Amino acid sequence: MRSIESLGRYIIRFLEEFGRIASLLYSTIKQIFTHPFDIKGILKQMVEVGINSLPVVLITAAFTGMALALQTYTGFARFGAEAMVGFVVAISMTRELGPVLTAIMIAGRVGAAMAAELSTMRVTEQIDALESLATNPVKYLVVPRFLASLIMVPALTVIAAIVGILGGYFIVVVVFGVSPAVYWHWTWVYTEWKDIYFGLIKAFFFGGCVSLLSCYKGFYSAGGAEGVGKATTSAVVFSIIAILISNYFLSALMFA
Amino acid sequence: MIEIIDLHKSFGKNHVLQGVNLKVDRGESMVVMGGSGSGKTILIKHIIRLLRPDSGKVIVDGRDMAELNEKELYKMRKRFGMLFQSAALFDSLSVWENVGFALLRERQMKESDVKKIAIEELKVVGLTGVEDLMPSELSGGMKKRVGLARAIIHNPEILLYDEPTTGLDPILANTIGDLILELKKRLSVTSVTITHDIQAAYKIADRIAMLFKGRIIETGRPDEIKNTTNPVVRQFISGGLAASGEDLEEVV
Ligand SMILES: Nc1ncnc2c1ncn2[C@@H]1O[C@H](COP(=O)(O)OP(=O)(O)O)[C@@H](O)[C@H]1O
Ligand SMILES: [Mg+2]
Repeated sequence: MRSIESLGRYIIRFLEEFGRIASLLYSTIKQIFTHPFDIKGILKQMVEVGINSLPVVLITAAFTGMALALQTYTGFARFGAEAMVGFVVAISMTRELGPVLTAIMIAGRVGAAMAAELSTMRVTEQIDALESLATNPVKYLVVPRFLASLIMVPALTVIAAIVGILGGYFIVVVVFGVSPAVYWHWTWVYTEWKDIYFGLIKAFFFGGCVSLLSCYKGFYSAGGAEGVGKATTSAVVFSIIAILISNYFLSALMFA
Repeated sequence: MIEIIDLHKSFGKNHVLQGVNLKVDRGESMVVMGGSGSGKTILIKHIIRLLRPDSGKVIVDGRDMAELNEKELYKMRKRFGMLFQSAALFDSLSVWENVGFALLRERQMKESDVKKIAIEELKVVGLTGVEDLMPSELSGGMKKRVGLARAIIHNPEILLYDEPTTGLDPILANTIGDLILELKKRLSVTSVTITHDIQAAYKIADRIAMLFKGRIIETGRPDEIKNTTNPVVRQFISGGLAASGEDLEEVV
């Protein structure tokens, strides 16, 4: 009886939270189309989300591409198919690893920062101050972060996929001595455009998820400095879980 | 001008406001006193709908705040200026951008003009040469004064001050008190000031209200409050210094 009760409470809390996230999404979208358009704020966030995340994304993508090539090469060599490594790297980086790894890095770096910044603003009354100065805090704080992520996560994903494929090239061609023509042939021959743009659709979705969830956690935090810490941690954890779960369903929907 | 009618507000089991009634006339300076954690900040935030009542009403200039739509609400808020307990300066903006925030958001003036006005407004609160600093570079007292400049730059009709003198040394507290008095004369504003600094209250109040256990238990002119027979108010006045000492840490 007890456990059913607490399960019920848990479900209600979950639905409540889901409702609040949906309502934040709704007001964010509404505020995007409300005059004026804050281009300066968006550009600032694009630098923060995109340019400043470039180093981590580059490193992650390069080493992932290299590890993938290494494993596939030695694995495929067992049945004489090592020439095909280029294909495995290309399809993994465009469909799966490019978007997912980029989004996870963004969740850790940018999502955490968004949650920390907004929750600090909440507990120090800065969000109240915005309201008191007749400024909609969703428009001022959430919209630029949301739009910047929608644009920059796909952009970073393209770069991650390219760098991953170059990492694979380095291992296959430079380390194992396969001819470059063979690597490129297998990179392109079975790769389709839809691998690339489905990957980008995922990245777009992840960008929205990470920024919305992180802003949500920051925006509705409470309880002083401790609340800031909690908001930051749970923004990262929730974002990554959301990325991994939605990635499966998006993959099933688009590629199956 | 401002009328609060039977206002109730709870957070979970904590029934903070239990039927507050308060009327502030146009041009009047009302001071609400009360102990730490008695719900003063909660009360003042209801006036400009940063919080919504569980029950009861807040009426400003004849309009029920709860019934305003978003556009009307923001229009109404432009008639207000609010100084927050923690100053609540935007830490990603410089001092002058903080002060000029309301004007920058309106987008009707050039940035360089806004900056000039902001510098003038900073002079009004006794600050010079700080316009290009960041809030983190300011002392607690300076932050309060920058917050004050930000609250008055758009010439509001109604000013809400949450603990304007708490955490300041007596001289600075006195200066801020003078400043509030002067603004009252210059702008003929209606104001609600929250404080537990008795001296400041006597200085700036036309009337003083005492918030205790979620209700306003007494209202009166400063001289009436000084000579009150209400035991709670008497104790608060005599023990007031200890109470404000407690809150010093909160601010800094
Ligand atoms: N957002 C909130 N959530 C829960 N409780 C709150 C919140 N804000 C204030 N409280 C509680 O309400 C009471 C009154 O707070 P407040 O109005 O800030 O007091 P003060 O008179 O010192 O300004 C306190 O007990 C505080 O813990
Ligand atoms: Mg307070």
